[in-house]
Amino acid sequence: MPDFVQLWVYLSATPLFGLTATLVVYVLAQAAYARLQQAPWANPVLWTVVTLASVLLATGVSYPTYFAGAQFIHFLLGPAVVALAWPLWERRAELLKRWRVLLLAALAGGVAASGSALALGWAFDLPTEVVLSLAPKSVTAPVAMGIADKIGGIPALAAVFAVITGLVGALSGKYLFNALKIPSNATGWVARGFALGTAAHGIGAARALQVNADAGAYAGLALGLQVVLASLLIPLAFRLLGG
Amino acid sequence: MNGLRGLAWLLALQSIGELLSRGLSLPFPGPVIGMLLLLLALQLPLVREPVAVCANFLLSHLSLLFVPVGVGVMTHLGVIGQYGVRMLVVIVLSTWIGLAVTALALHWGRRKTDA
Repeated sequence: MPDFVQLWVYLSATPLFGLTATLVVYVLAQAAYARLQQAPWANPVLWTVVTLASVLLATGVSYPTYFAGAQFIHFLLGPAVVALAWPLWERRAELLKRWRVLLLAALAGGVAASGSALALGWAFDLPTEVVLSLAPKSVTAPVAMGIADKIGGIPALAAVFAVITGLVGALSGKYLFNALKIPSNATGWVARGFALGTAAHGIGAARALQVNADAGAYAGLALGLQVVLASLLIPLAFRLLGG
Repeated sequence: MNGLRGLAWLLALQSIGELLSRGLSLPFPGPVIGMLLLLLALQLPLVREPVAVCANFLLSHLSLLFVPVGVGVMTHLGVIGQYGVRMLVVIVLSTWIGLAVTALALHWGRRKTDA
């Protein structure tokens, strides 16, 4: 069917393709996730990414061609980071009351995640620029790219690491928290949500939001705090260590 | 209409953030400065009401926004083929360490302040 091939060649080269494919696959993955009672392994981001990457590789459509359309969705990450002020503002009373404990937990978790990624990366003999791209992996992708760029990592790789980190948190958080005996009650949800926002940014926060409203709000708060802490402290730490 | 007005506020604050970030070479990326500015601006009902609508919409679909970057994994198949297993082990372990430290710090800290 030469007509179909011609049509496909035309359509796959327009921005319409990347945008439509992203939305349609995500909507389907989201529906499947809902049907499977939001089982962690059915995470919609994971399956959307796997499906789209497989389709692109199988059909030979390049990533830049896909991104020409997908960039319209990607672009919204900027305003979404700005919008994180909203959950912070909504919980401002709680935040003012408990800011010491929350700040300490955010700082401890952020340092532990970044520090262990760097230490393990070096221990496993990964190339320097890969290790540096691992440092900001607990921060939401667009911010991670900016930080990686500042400290000598590869921004695109840092973004992928951030997404994988978010998926690991969203997929395994539940089991880890159960093993640590963090309860599923009011205080437990706060700790679970805050930890997901700190160590697994937006993807962890999205998972927390689906499971429990309090967990979701604290995940949003943690994610906002982590963005501020990481973009201030990671470049500073590297400047001090690098001399 | 409120949703659209909210988006206009978010984009305007992000733009101011970008200008400040580049102009003054601040350590924060533009959107982060925009977030801090919005935190101050939310005092005003003029900003608060439209932003609430738009922020709730954007944040409830936050995970979709990571898909385009995530698909970029296909452009790094070379590095992944070479170091994939090690990179994955590092990411998984450090994520668990980060999750555990945060959750336990907060859980213990809150129990102490509540007691």
